[in-house]
Amino acid sequence: MNELVRKKLEPLPLVAIALLLLAACALPFFLSNYSTFQLTMVLVYAIALLGLNILTGYNGQISLGHGAFYAIGAYATAVLMDKFGWPYWATLPVAAAVCLLAGFLFGLPALRLEGPYLALATFALAIALPQILKYKHLEEWTGGVQGIVIMKPESPIATLFGQKMNSDRWLYFVTLAVTVLMFVIGWNLLRGRIGRALVAIRDQPVAAASMGIDNAMYKSLAFGVSAMFTGVAGALSAIVVAFVAPDSFTVFLSLSLMVGMVIGGLASIWGALFGALVVQFVPNVADHISKAAPGAIYGAMLILFMYVMPTGIVGAIRLAWGKLRRLRKS
Amino acid sequence: MAVLLEARNLRAGYGPTEVLHGIDFAIEEGTITTLLGANGAGKTTTLRALCGMVKTSGEVLFAGKRIDGRATEDIVRLGVAHVPDGRGTFGSLTTEENLRLGAYVRKDRAQVETDFERMYAYFPRLKERRLQQAGTLSGGEQQMLALARALMLRPRLLLMDEPSFGLAPLIVKEIFQIMKEINQREKVTVLLVEQNAAMALELADNAYLMETGSIVLRGKAADVKTDEAVRRSYLGY
Amino acid sequence: METFLHQLVAGFATGGIYASVALALVMIYQATHNINFAQGELAMFATYICWSLINAGVPYWVAFFSTIAISFCLGVLIERIIIRPVERAPVLTVVTVFLGLLFILNSMAGWIFTYTIKSFPSPFPKHPPFGWTFISSHELGAVGVTLVVLTLLYCFFRFTPLGLAMRAAAQNPDSSRLVGIRVGWMLALGWGLAAAIGSTAGMMVAPIVFLDPNMMSGILLYAFAAALVGGIDSPGGAVLGGFLVGILENIVGAYLIGTELKLTVALVLIVGVLVVRPAGLFGKVIVTRV
Repeated sequence: MNELVRKKLEPLPLVAIALLLLAACALPFFLSNYSTFQLTMVLVYAIALLGLNILTGYNGQISLGHGAFYAIGAYATAVLMDKFGWPYWATLPVAAAVCLLAGFLFGLPALRLEGPYLALATFALAIALPQILKYKHLEEWTGGVQGIVIMKPESPIATLFGQKMNSDRWLYFVTLAVTVLMFVIGWNLLRGRIGRALVAIRDQPVAAASMGIDNAMYKSLAFGVSAMFTGVAGALSAIVVAFVAPDSFTVFLSLSLMVGMVIGGLASIWGALFGALVVQFVPNVADHISKAAPGAIYGAMLILFMYVMPTGIVGAIRLAWGKLRRLRKS
Repeated sequence: MAVLLEARNLRAGYGPTEVLHGIDFAIEEGTITTLLGANGAGKTTTLRALCGMVKTSGEVLFAGKRIDGRATEDIVRLGVAHVPDGRGTFGSLTTEENLRLGAYVRKDRAQVETDFERMYAYFPRLKERRLQQAGTLSGGEQQMLALARALMLRPRLLLMDEPSFGLAPLIVKEIFQIMKEINQREKVTVLLVEQNAAMALELADNAYLMETGSIVLRGKAADVKTDEAVRRSYLGY
Repeated sequence: METFLHQLVAGFATGGIYASVALALVMIYQATHNINFAQGELAMFATYICWSLINAGVPYWVAFFSTIAISFCLGVLIERIIIRPVERAPVLTVVTVFLGLLFILNSMAGWIFTYTIKSFPSPFPKHPPFGWTFISSHELGAVGVTLVVLTLLYCFFRFTPLGLAMRAAAQNPDSSRLVGIRVGWMLALGWGLAAAIGSTAGMMVAPIVFLDPNMMSGILLYAFAAALVGGIDSPGGAVLGGFLVGILENIVGAYLIGTELKLTVALVLIVGVLVVRPAGLFGKVIVTRV
């Protein structure tokens, strides 16, 4: 990962972000319920990918198992809502806390592992979790293979901006709010001391340690925080989809997240958004192109993306921007 | 004496940044030439450009034939050995395996075996550590190994990039001594990039001085060594 | 006691399969410093090719060796055409390409050969060897094939100039170019060898688990774990790791937890080993001087 362009986090001018948010708020009123749902999932994946990026992009720890934390967050929410009757919004902080702890605890032994070894350990986690969720003796809590069905929350307000509100639209706005919150938290985290420490550990761990950075603590914390973000995403997904089952959280989810992060762009906050679009829509596109061998189309698209943009969409944008600047100068 | 290596308006760079701004030089066969200059002058880039390791424009001729634009692996086969900065040892292979790799492109099996003995004669310390993992050798030993590996090619031209870097002065003396021997006995032409100007000028026949990608001074090493003005303003001693 | 012995030996036999695939993984890792996640699918595809040949009337051993040769060529081609454009790309970019390859191969196999399970013949006799009861002839034969492949590979890397060149190219491509090694072709060679080894594993395991496009996914995971347990840069370690993992899987499945959580427990144990010995059991801890 030393080949990555290391850029300071450049905050786009506030105006651009404001415009984007405005557009985001307006969209659901122009789209069908299903499309709104899809957009909501894009936001959910964006949070998940931001989490994964904190760990892998900024801190250099590979995780092929983040689907597990997504699942833990989802199940935390599902169990609280179904078995204890909690309101959906109250489950989010709990899911966050649970995943923060889970990530931190996993991060501790992971300190000893690097590269392919860490990849295997996280991969093992991704495989283990669905099996544990299906396990007979835990069925009482997890609902076993059938999973848990949740009541989809109704919109508490009838209209917004003079437009009709329904469950999908309401959940979209809730998710949007949480997304903005998480991104602000993430941005703050990454642009300050902590972010610099994480990147230092990624690129030159020996130098970082000799400068007084506690590698072990930062690395475990990175795992915890990363898991927390992804767990919150999972919790939101449970609420939005209104259903959790072990087979929703297979290895494929973990691999999709990782692939989405790479295509979006490592070590980039905007990359999380692009990656989320990829995770949500590319499999659909592949399905459209070929019913007989969608996997082959999906795989081919992955490879093509990597040929054309080896440093992800954000990387490609940066390269293009750089070229434009040089052209203008000369 | 015939010119072995020649560069004409050689430009090179990394990405959008040009580092060499059109340099010209000619190196005669059998001589030791040193390329001096401060950090960032473009010395390492020059060696890399000669070996096809960076994008270049302009001409590079080896024994009269153009080698610019050719792949590194092909240039090696013409008899050019390059000891890169940082030595480039194969850390997890043994000393002996490192040497064997130096002779990878050679077809004369029997001579390669005798060359092993020759290298061990020049560098007895390497013989002691034949089967040791090369990454565990000391800095000086790794430099000797890098040099020996280059010599296993039986090169016509030897490019050396800052062999004195990070080494104790006594070791540097030893290595430079061996380089002189090799140049005289085996008639290997040497192009030596160095920051340690004093020692390099003692060893070399000719010298070039580089500054920010251009050659600012050229001449016999002896003249450069004794020229007070040059020494003060360019070489800092 | 007999059943325990049987489990042990059966584990040893499947371990041979894991060992072969682990070997292939280590080979590509040594050449590219990347885990080839498509290794299993390559092996599966090769096994289908062999199946097609046998179905067309080709005698078993002719088909077997032809498949090895075809796999070798396929591996070389894949490296030169698909992997080469991302040779210098960041690690995760390459991993993504490997995953893409995995999906393509899996999907193509399903499309060309359909998802119906097929049976695949074994070249070894049906009756158990020497009247032993705890191992079948095929299991013994599979172990034998693994050991032959390992020995050949070991000798190749240790004693031949080409093997040394491949090891060098894997470690330090820049320095390798400086001694004249054509690094690109070394990578292609590595892929070819890995594909060839993987194909032998596929052809040995197909008689046991039957041929279908998802045949190798569980095996790949165990092989991955085995390669790491043995030490990702140690071919011998990969093989030993393969046998260990095979035995572990069988014992855990038979005595500890039943087949549902077998995979989980096995993996957890393996990760536990890695935490204790982060470079694997036989991995070389490269001493780096700062």
